Parts: sequence; C-alpha cells; structure tokens
Amino acid sequence: MDLRTEQKINADLLRPLRHTSMSFYSLVAILGTIILVGFGSWMYQMWNGLAVAGIRWPIFWAFYITNFVFWIGISHAGTLISAILRLVNATWRRPVTRCAEVITVFALMIGALFPIIHLGRPWLFFYLIPYPSERQIWPNLRSPLAWDFFAISTYLTGSTLFLFLPTIPDFALLRDQMTGWRRRIYGVLALGWQGTTKQWHRLEAAMQIMAIAIVPVAVSVHTIVSFDFSMSPVPMWHSTVFGPYFVAGAIFSGIAALIVAMAILRKVLHLEEYLHPVHFQNLGKLLLLMSLLWGYFTFVERLTTWYGNAPAEMAVFWATQTGSYAPLFWTMVFCNFVIPFPILAIKKLRTITGCVIASSTIIAGMWLERFLIVVPSLATKHLPYTWSHYRPQPVEIMITIATFAAMVLLYTLFSKVVPIISIWELKVGGDAPTHLTSEEEEEKRALWRVRP
Amino acid sequence: MTHRWGMTVDLDRCTGCEACVTACRTENNIRIAGPEQAAKGRSIAWIRVERYYEGDFPDVRVKFRPVMCQQCDAAPCEPVCPTYASHHNEEGLNAQVYNRCIGTRYCANACPYNVRFFNFGNPVWERPLELQLNPDVSVREVGVVEKCTFCVQRITAGKDQAKAEKRELKDGEIKPACVQSCPTSALVFGDLNDPESEVSRLSRSSRGTKLLEDLGTQPKVTYLQKQY
Repeated sequence: MDLRTEQKINADLLRPLRHTSMSFYSLVAILGTIILVGFGSWMYQMWNGLAVAGIRWPIFWAFYITNFVFWIGISHAGTLISAILRLVNATWRRPVTRCAEVITVFALMIGALFPIIHLGRPWLFFYLIPYPSERQIWPNLRSPLAWDFFAISTYLTGSTLFLFLPTIPDFALLRDQMTGWRRRIYGVLALGWQGTTKQWHRLEAAMQIMAIAIVPVAVSVHTIVSFDFSMSPVPMWHSTVFGPYFVAGAIFSGIAALIVAMAILRKVLHLEEYLHPVHFQNLGKLLLLMSLLWGYFTFVERLTTWYGNAPAEMAVFWATQTGSYAPLFWTMVFCNFVIPFPILAIKKLRTITGCVIASSTIIAGMWLERFLIVVPSLATKHLPYTWSHYRPQPVEIMITIATFAAMVLLYTLFSKVVPIISIWELKVGGDAPTHLTSEEEEEKRALWRVRP
Repeated sequence: MTHRWGMTVDLDRCTGCEACVTACRTENNIRIAGPEQAAKGRSIAWIRVERYYEGDFPDVRVKFRPVMCQQCDAAPCEPVCPTYASHHNEEGLNAQVYNRCIGTRYCANACPYNVRFFNFGNPVWERPLELQLNPDVSVREVGVVEKCTFCVQRITAGKDQAKAEKRELKDGEIKPACVQSCPTSALVFGDLNDPESEVSRLSRSSRGTKLLEDLGTQPKVTYLQKQY
C-alpha cells in the first residue's frame, strides 16, 4: 500500500476524533436528557416500590427481563461474529470487526443493568456476588441467576479484552498523532506499543487465543440466559429447545443491530469508501441464514407443543397463537421472517437500504419475541384461577427507551475517541479506500472469492 | 423424631367462607394493599379460596379450593433462589428468609401454585390497626417475597411449650390460624411422621390427591376430593 493511501486512511478515520460538529453536541444533549429521565424513573421506582411498574401477581417478570434478554442477545453481534470471521480469515471483515465488538461491550453493560433494575431491593444486589462475608453465606450455585452472574461477567471481561487487543496498535497511532493530554491518555492505553516484530507476533497470538476462547463463552452466555426460563416448571418455558433457540435469536438480532449501526456510521461519518455494499451484502446473507434458523426454531417449538397437547402448555400456546397475545405474535413472525426473508433472499433487494429495513424489523421482532417468551407463560400458568394480564406502565417504558438512548450515546462517544474502523487492519489488509462503480464492485467481489 | 408438617383439605367440607383467609391475614401481619392496588394484582393472600364453576345456569356447581403453599418436598422455588432466601428447613417446611431476599421474584415465577407474593410497597396500617399486629411475626419490607409458613411461629411456640412441660407434642396441639378458624374443620394440620396423627390418617384416604401432582413437586398438602 502506498504512502498516499495510508495517509488518506489516517485522515478519513481520525477525522471524527479531531473535529466535533455542533450536531454532535446536540445529539449528546438529547440522548443525555433521555437517559437522565430514565434514571429518574428508576429512582422513582426505587422510592415507591415496584407498585409503579406494571408487574403484578403472578406476572412477576415483564419489560425489564425482556430488555435483559434482548440486550444480552444484541451483544452477540460483535464478539461472536468478529471472532468467527477472524477464525475463518474472511478478509472482508476488516472494516466491520470493531463496529461489532463495540456493540457487544456496550449491549452487555446495558443488559447487565436490568437484573439490578428489576430487583425488589436493588440496594442488596451484591448478595449475588460471592464475596467473603462474616456469615459465610455464598450465592446459591444451583440458581440459574447465579450462573447468569458468572456468565455475564466472564463474557464482559472477555469481550472487553477482545475489543481492546486489536485496538492497541491504533492507540499507539493516536498517541503519535495527538498532542497534549490526549497523547498521554492514548499513551497509557497503547501499553508501550512500538510495532516491533515481537509485539506483532504476541498480538497475533493473543487475538487468536481470544477469538477461539470467546466463541464457547458467547454460546454459553445466551444458553444460560435461556436457562433462567427453561429450568423452572412453567408452561412453554420448560423446554429443551430454549438453549439453541436463544443463541440463534441472539446472533440474529446481533447481526441486525450491527447492520443498522454500520449504515448509520457510514452515513454520519462519511465512511462510504470503507464500508462497501459488499459488507452489507455479506452480512445480509448471514442475516438471511439466521432468519431461516429462527423460523425453523420457532416452528419446531410451536409444532412440538401443539402435538404434545399438554393442557397447561396449550393454554399459553393458544394465548399467543389466537388469544390476546396473537397480534404481537404475528407481528413478530412478520418482522422476523415474512418481511426480511424476501428482502434478504432476492439479490436485487439485498442493497444497503434493503438490509437496513430488514434489520430494523428484525430488531423490533426480536424484542417482541423476548416479550412473548417472558409474559404469556407467567400470565397463563397451571391454575386458571390465577390467570392475569400485563400492561406496561410509564416507568417501564421510559427506562426501556432510556437504554436505547444509552446504547446510541455510548456508541457515539466511543466513535469520538477511538477510530470505529480498525486503521491498522485496513492497512495490513490492503483494502485501499476506493470509490468503485458497480461493475468494479462486481469484479472485486469475484476477486475476493478466490482469495485465501 | 423430627417432625414433618403437613395438611389435609377436605373439599367436601369447605364452604368457601374465607374465614381462613381473614385469620391468616391477621395472624401473619399481611400487608393491606388497598382496593386500587388490589385491583392491579398487588394484594397478598397466603391462603386463597379458588372458585371454579361447573355447568350452565341454573345447574351450576361451585367448587371451592383453598390454596396455600403446598410445602413441597421437591420445591421448584428453592433451587432457583440465588441467595438462599428460599430454602428447605429440617422439618420439611419451605422457609423464606426475608433478610436474604433481594426480590428477584424467580421463586414466585417457578412456583406452579402461584402462592408466593411480592411486596410491591412498604406495609402501612392505618391507626389504630397497627395495634393488632402480631408481635411473633416480622413485618416484611418493600421488595421481598413472602408466603405461607404453616404459621411457623405457632409451631415453634407449641414445641417450646411441650418441652417446658417435659412431654411429647400431642396431635392437634399446634394449629395454624387457618386450621383454627375453619368452622367446618375442612383443614387439618399435623405431623406426617406420626402415622397415628389425624393428618396422616386423612392423607392416606383414597380420596386424597395432590394439587398438580404430575409436576413432581411432592406437596405435603393433600386435597380430599369432593364426593357430593
């Protein structure tokens, strides 16, 4: 790669770090306000008790647990996809990986908040942590919630490392490019990176180890989240399909979130020369696969329940299929399968716009899926006398909106201090920033197919 | 010999009068939610009388079924609690340790009988109702889960009394509030480890069934089915 191209990469990808527009500040202000209102809602809920939320006897879990499962699901975008793409050495991954890994870290942080937000006594959340107490009481290791704690903290540590390792050379670049206090901070983060051969070898080795290690961790995390449900004798929760169903759904919603994030970054940060239609097409194909897998799992789950014909399960089954939750259920099927499938399957529709439309409906559909797993089962348990209905209350809705704002804000701030596309990987990969016509694009893709 | 507390509910005898529900509320300092909150599903009733109607008017048959914690031997609520707030004590009761409860409500979801309740707010008693609080039972704060204890305070008091008088506990000596207040003696409480106790005898009745028995929770409450 020639010097001019390298300079262009530097200039393009460091531009957001050097120049801040007015719209950035106003975006931060708007998102910050929403988050503050959400935080205020949580304080209000803590002060008044959960009576201000919509949960009731016997629907003790609703919006908060839906959000928990949803955000932990979104977090599977990053690390898992980027790890797999690294392991199979897919060269087109280079501009995509960091966008994805950041989603993982932030979505996990937000998701992990919800088990605390939903607690009756959140000020005692530390009972979940195994700490040396004078009473020698440890968490109950038989409880899936205790497994959750360990799974999520492992995943958060792992994915933070996985994000940090390939950023080290970029931190070094920033250290060399910036001045003043910025230089000092990036200097600390660069961990003394000088780009020696030995350092490169070590980084490669460390990334290889992390890429292999993070895959089973990611799979186990969402399996354990599914165990929160499948380990209890609640109709339609107690199901063996839940582990893989949740993992598939998590990757599904994760890729969708990644596509939306990439499209926004491409537009706002003017990264058209780095994030090509081919990236969206490739991720779109992956999304198509996951959509089929999701459809398959949903079909399998429903069909076996229907044939099993257990009375308690059938009550939940009909409540979602034709009963009061049916509008939500069929909206979910439309959002996750009927709308995205043709868009992603037909080559002409699998454009950037098409992928973004499909991804947006999938994100909404997957949120509904989590809701439909949590609520109808609890509302329609074994004894018909106890059947009930759930209506979300303003506090729950506000906190939910605030977490979406928090995700956008964290992402915005991150892309302000760290280049959102890995600079050194672009340079190593030799994918020069190009403005290709569609014919050239076609040609290039043909080339990529034969690359190792 | 350790005790193993159990109960039988004779559905033929139950008239659905709800004296047990009232007695339980008074005995156990159960929070009063108020009409609006109760309509939103925030009231607490450690024992409730479920009504099921069979047939069409005017040939309607009403079935009453008092439901309280079944004190399961294989209780789904116990393994899911991350803090050991919900645990099995040595007399087979499903004890709830309020101090350890952080309010995940996982136990309440796992319970197939829906007999676990959550404190959606701090308990408030209008004056002078606070004067009738039972000093033997702790008042639960906002955010904890609570449930029927088989009036564990009465069990403890009964055992202490027998010990002080240097004698064995007599069958029927300990009565939870619901059992004591039942005008038709539909509820019987006692020690299942004593084969001669009335509760053991009734539990062996051919009319005896367990609620949702096929879930394998092994309840210690036996329902004697309606014959008439």
